[in-house]
Amino acid sequence: MTPIIEARGLSKKFVKRLDLAGKIAQRLGADIHEEIVHAVDNVSLSINAGEVVGLVGESGCGKSTLGRIIAGILPQTAGTVLVDGKDTADMNSTDRTAAALAVQMIFQDPFASLNPRMRVEQIIGEAPLVHGLTDRAGLSDYVDDVMMKVGLDPLLKQRYPHQFSGGQRQRIGIGRALAVKPRFLVCDEAIAALDVSIQAQVLNLFMDLREQFELTYLFISHDLSVVEHIADRIVIMYLGRVVEAADTEALFDDPQHPYTRALLAEIPRLDQRKRDFTPIAGEIPSPLNPPSGCHFHPRCPYVMPVCKTEVPKLAAQHDLRQVSCHLDNSTRRIID
Amino acid sequence: MKTQANIHKETPLQRFWSEFCESRIAVGALFILIVIVVLATLAPWITPQNPYDLAQVDVLDGKLPPGSEAFTGYTMWLGSDGAGRDLYSAILYGIRISLTVGLAAGVIALIIGTVIGLVAAYAGGRVDAFIMRAVDIQLSFPAVLIALVLVAILGRGIDKIIIALVAAQWAYYARTVRATALVESAREYVEAARCLALSNTRIVFRHVLPNCLAPLIVIGTVQTASAIALESTLSFLGVGLRQTEPSLGVLISNGFEYMMSGRYWISFFPGLALLLTIVTINLVGDQLRDVLNPRLKR
Repeated sequence: MTPIIEARGLSKKFVKRLDLAGKIAQRLGADIHEEIVHAVDNVSLSINAGEVVGLVGESGCGKSTLGRIIAGILPQTAGTVLVDGKDTADMNSTDRTAAALAVQMIFQDPFASLNPRMRVEQIIGEAPLVHGLTDRAGLSDYVDDVMMKVGLDPLLKQRYPHQFSGGQRQRIGIGRALAVKPRFLVCDEAIAALDVSIQAQVLNLFMDLREQFELTYLFISHDLSVVEHIADRIVIMYLGRVVEAADTEALFDDPQHPYTRALLAEIPRLDQRKRDFTPIAGEIPSPLNPPSGCHFHPRCPYVMPVCKTEVPKLAAQHDLRQVSCHLDNSTRRIID
Repeated sequence: MKTQANIHKETPLQRFWSEFCESRIAVGALFILIVIVVLATLAPWITPQNPYDLAQVDVLDGKLPPGSEAFTGYTMWLGSDGAGRDLYSAILYGIRISLTVGLAAGVIALIIGTVIGLVAAYAGGRVDAFIMRAVDIQLSFPAVLIALVLVAILGRGIDKIIIALVAAQWAYYARTVRATALVESAREYVEAARCLALSNTRIVFRHVLPNCLAPLIVIGTVQTASAIALESTLSFLGVGLRQTEPSLGVLISNGFEYMMSGRYWISFFPGLALLLTIVTINLVGDQLRDVLNPRLKR
């Protein structure tokens, strides 16, 4: 089966170029360089239709950047994105639009992600109208239909975003994406900005829509406990690289990368109320100047000399499990 | 859900208006401004004399003090100028011209400046750098100097004055729009629009531009006032409008030579009208800025 979305060797560099004064200073021997951030570093990922994939990592690890590249909002520096097995860069404009509409994004901030000067009807109805999914005469019914699907009262469609609560706005954002009949949704921290009670409602909405429209999700979150509930498979990122990818159950039962283990150990659990939490030693390093070799080695409890010099490969084990670590299974067991 | 439908009854326009009314000075200024605009618009129907119609202007009526009776029988409440024009009529006609020139220049400069600013913000890179350096150079000259040079090259007349004023003012709009558009295009709703495969033109004009309107309205009012002042300055210096279509500046300039001989009214009343117009526009503009700027909201 061709995966619905495949990323091959995606990289994204953000470069802060030197201005004229900086260039002159550099020529004169000043210690100034262009600042380069490898937000995403050679990431490959394939997602099959119907799957829910969780993408987890600390803030600044590049998970949102990766999501935006896949959603077609940011251009990648290197690598390719394939939709239904076809490279988006090679498509003609009609196919590219179709591919772009097939992949939609739900944003974190339900305040900033809706145009404050547009009524709900325009926010939801604009794209379907432009792309010919409906006509002027049918627009009102079309928007009503979408609003009902995401649990909003169609009577409210003449209102502006500021007249809604956070949860309702997030539903508007979901409606806007659903209105162009996507098959794949990138949810970038889509529930992180909501109240806890609303989070559950919106999560349930995501799951209902998944069944109703056979959607596939890339669910980006910093919160493993949320992802555990909904994801079939989890990908863990650290400083722009994938460190571990596995089925949710396998990941929680037997985390293999030291970083994954550290993350899992910190999830609050009801059955372990009394234990002390020990945060992962050290800070997340600056992506401007990442550590050599394995990015995690300065914080890793099992660090070996090789970790400082060589970048570990993302090795596929059985099934879909991938781990990027110099420790092999036998050594890991000895440590355990 | 139905109950929530009734929570926010106040429309954005109503809230805007009630916030505007918080300053009595601004409301007063708006009232005076409306009176001025209405009087100027109705000038042909409410003035005793058409100062442009030479048949109605009599040199024998020249330089009469306020309150004198004209040869044809009506009272000149504000006196008359050297050519025998009734100053009350001339001022209303003058405000007409000054407002027309100021508004036309303001609107054209706003449109040109906005498009250039949006292009700079959305294109970025070299295009942005090029446009913004041009704006920097433009803004480093005093506006009156640019207008003076252009009028000297183009000649006199309403259309040429408007061109000169637009050339002197577009840069203010371009800079303001660019700054706001840069902030707005970094917002997630622009990313969402891009994700929905909407065209760049559509994103810029339908999504980014409406969110840049607040500062534009403010700059627009202040710049219109300054365009009126600039036009009067040029006319006063004798390079603006012709004697046959006197704006306020021309009227002030006409009376200037009589100033020292005690005939103060020929310059004084047109000057007062100009002052009132510009001050009220600026007061309204200031209050607009306070209301539309979310950082000043309590």
